[in-house]
Amino acid sequence: MIKENDYLNTIADQCLSKAKKLGSTEASVFVVNSVSENVNIRNRKLDGSTRSENLGITLTTYIGKKKSSISSSNLNEKNLDNLINRCVESTKITPEDELNSLADKELYFNGDKNLDLYDETILENKQKIDYINEAEEEAFSKKDIVNTNGSGFSQNKSNFVLANSNGFSDGYKTSQFTAYCEVVSKNNGSMERDYEYSSKRFYDDILKPKDLGAKAAELALQKLNPKKIKSEKLNIIFDKRIAKSFLSAFSSAISSSAIARGTTFLKDKLNKKIFNDKINIQDKGDIKKANGSRYFDSEGVKIKPLDLVKNGDLKDFLIDTYNGKKIKLQSNGRSSGSTNLYFLNGSVSFKELLCSGKRILYVNETIGRGSNLITGDYSVGASGLMIENGEFSYPVSEITIAGNLNDIFKNISLANDLEFNYSTNSPTMLVEGMIVGGK
Amino acid sequence: MSNLLKNTSLSVNTADKIISDTLHKCDDGELYLEDTKFETVTLDDNKIKSSDYNTDTGYGFRAVTDDVIAYSHSNEISEESLKKSSENLKSTLKSKSGTYNSSIKKTNQKFYKDTDPIETKSLDSKIELLNLMNDYSRSKDASVKQVSASFIGEKKSIEILRSGGELLQDTRPLVRINISMMVEKDGRKETAVFGVGGRQSYDEYLKDDSWKKLCDEAFRIATTNLKSKPSPAGEMKVVLGPGWPAILIHEAIGHGLEGDFNRKKTSAFHNLVGQRVASEGVTIIDDGTLDNRRGSLNIDDEGTPTEKTVLIENGILKNFMQDRLNARLMNTKSTGNGRRENYKHIVLPRMRNTIMLNGNHTQEEMINSVNKGIFAVSFGGGQVDITSGKFVFNCTEAYEIIDGKIGAPLKGATLIGDGPSSLKEVLMVGNDMMLDPGIGTCGKAGQGVPVGVGQPSLLIDNMTVGGTEL
Repeated sequence: MIKENDYLNTIADQCLSKAKKLGSTEASVFVVNSVSENVNIRNRKLDGSTRSENLGITLTTYIGKKKSSISSSNLNEKNLDNLINRCVESTKITPEDELNSLADKELYFNGDKNLDLYDETILENKQKIDYINEAEEEAFSKKDIVNTNGSGFSQNKSNFVLANSNGFSDGYKTSQFTAYCEVVSKNNGSMERDYEYSSKRFYDDILKPKDLGAKAAELALQKLNPKKIKSEKLNIIFDKRIAKSFLSAFSSAISSSAIARGTTFLKDKLNKKIFNDKINIQDKGDIKKANGSRYFDSEGVKIKPLDLVKNGDLKDFLIDTYNGKKIKLQSNGRSSGSTNLYFLNGSVSFKELLCSGKRILYVNETIGRGSNLITGDYSVGASGLMIENGEFSYPVSEITIAGNLNDIFKNISLANDLEFNYSTNSPTMLVEGMIVGGK
Repeated sequence: MSNLLKNTSLSVNTADKIISDTLHKCDDGELYLEDTKFETVTLDDNKIKSSDYNTDTGYGFRAVTDDVIAYSHSNEISEESLKKSSENLKSTLKSKSGTYNSSIKKTNQKFYKDTDPIETKSLDSKIELLNLMNDYSRSKDASVKQVSASFIGEKKSIEILRSGGELLQDTRPLVRINISMMVEKDGRKETAVFGVGGRQSYDEYLKDDSWKKLCDEAFRIATTNLKSKPSPAGEMKVVLGPGWPAILIHEAIGHGLEGDFNRKKTSAFHNLVGQRVASEGVTIIDDGTLDNRRGSLNIDDEGTPTEKTVLIENGILKNFMQDRLNARLMNTKSTGNGRRENYKHIVLPRMRNTIMLNGNHTQEEMINSVNKGIFAVSFGGGQVDITSGKFVFNCTEAYEIIDGKIGAPLKGATLIGDGPSSLKEVLMVGNDMMLDPGIGTCGKAGQGVPVGVGQPSLLIDNMTVGGTEL
């Protein structure tokens, strides 16, 4: 069982009072406990099970404008005393930075916690095994599914307390249930793999096992006997699971640390058009049961809902306290990054998007790092399917796609099929005029 | 004598009893204890951004029978916690029965010293040096707009307690010194990262002001890229420089030769032992025994002594890299490649220092032989799909080759290839083998482990370059 708040609070209080006694003028501490249980299967047989239990603290101490941190999983009192001592001693010799401070008191979260982020359900290992077996069973019922890279189910529960010397002290439990299935297809000497996964805070919300297995099989089968196409300029449709990666790049590029350091291609773009007029992006932490929801960030600051992009214009950044001061903007509770980040729906259906041209490349897998956030240059390896006259025609692999995010952002059209499956979500996305590297 | 149980409430005798009681009907398993100290000191944007110190102690208890792994880990080292783990392992394996294989080779081999890099250099002197690196870098040229520099150090002590009371130990230092730089000129921005490291104290990498060379190199790459032009797209000849570009071998070939994917028959190489998988003259080894290298280990994380494993000899596939579990199931021996990120993770077969040995061509010969192609000098990172064999990596320094001569620098291109066929396309192997500077971390199944690579210059006949110029 995971530890209750009382237990975590006691540790947090001890750390704060010890740090104060040793001479720190301000301090903040994060105490976290998590228990996760995973099962893995392969070819419908148990492959392994893992139980993980973690308890740890991270303490930051300040002396005036000097700052240093320690973290540890060894909470025995003597060890903790030594570490806190070390932390305060390091603080003394670390140079001052006038921007170092805890977050402003007025910004701390003190609302109701009603977002349903914790599911009490506890599954026995047998239930987890049965669930994921059923998924693989379904995948193996399809012709040409010959092997598996392993499938699994995990149940993760955690609780934490964040406390600081300004009087903030709060924490809450969260849960996460994840099922994944990865299978191998083979036909005419061609071997391919693909996967499907589903991860939700509530057990009842994850994809049903048959659907999970069927989807993994469908994707792996689709890829068999791919062709390599010639190098050319093409319109590309990105499957939702890839389209969301453009949002991840966007969110990194508008973090206040990147803006303050000047290391982003979106540095001077506030209130300027960076997408076309039809694109809107929001980041909301208060969606019930959603994977990215939280009440406050790692500094205790409440999460403000943000309209990041409105009608194509960049309207806000993701701001923490330190970097906020640097760019003279108040924290909006994003020291832990984005929350539930998503494009609002576009106006056309998935089918209409497929029919928007004679020959369109549908990309449902990319490999490689992709984006250079300083220049906006984008280049990845890709595979997918060719769409001809609105119909999927043949699989394509071993190609690259490249462009620059400045142009890509302006050439996006979105379908109206947004779902909240991840913490970052996009409808299916069409990008016009990207360069495909092939034969 | 266990050191890691000393300051805990768990006695060696009690631990031994629980281990034997849990594992006696299993094929394999152990109690893995770990104590890690880790620091990062970072300068960024002209200021010391962080001085962080972390300690992590815990155990991972593993029981293996047949092909099933039961694992339980915790950072509470106590009799109660270990008993709970034991019950957990027993319940997973209750329907199985195996024979414990107690044989494990002993070794006295030492490829690095038992030093603590965090304590052997004071925080004061680290901060002083970071400031020097910052000032030096910024004074090089007005185009230098942003500098980050960091010291990352670790001392990891591990103990492996096997059923029957056997104890294996290792202490592993690891450091890395990094610098990253952003330059801006005429409205264009570029960055470069450079670093150095290995299993020694920081000062071994700082002799004779050699930190200046790190700054110089980052500056050279960043300013080169300021002049870069869009990369071409399509298939062409590629010359790879020596050293770090060997991550091509790591991605294209290395992962596919790890035992687990081959035992499970999901690797494109699983049925190719004894067959030609690379051009003649291509020999690739995976070596855990190089002094002070980032990927070196005295013993792996199962206690097996590391070795120099020949993977491909003169183009012919010879061996896979094995941990104990995959070796047992494939009727062979562990090659000492069983590794884990830390006590929170199960052991997997992983690479150590993966190296292509010298051939007899010069880099000049290679470049002269290319009419149209690219010369790739450094890469950011790579990735591979083991099943289809497709891999990519991103160039951070590359040039066009036109009519046998090196031309303009090229903007961040991606190279994509097919693992099983790419090494058959090797036309020339260079005579300038170099190891990487000691910066690699390999990710697999969510676990990162430090690795090394090395190679001479290579000429590859045909690879797809992903650029924006048609």
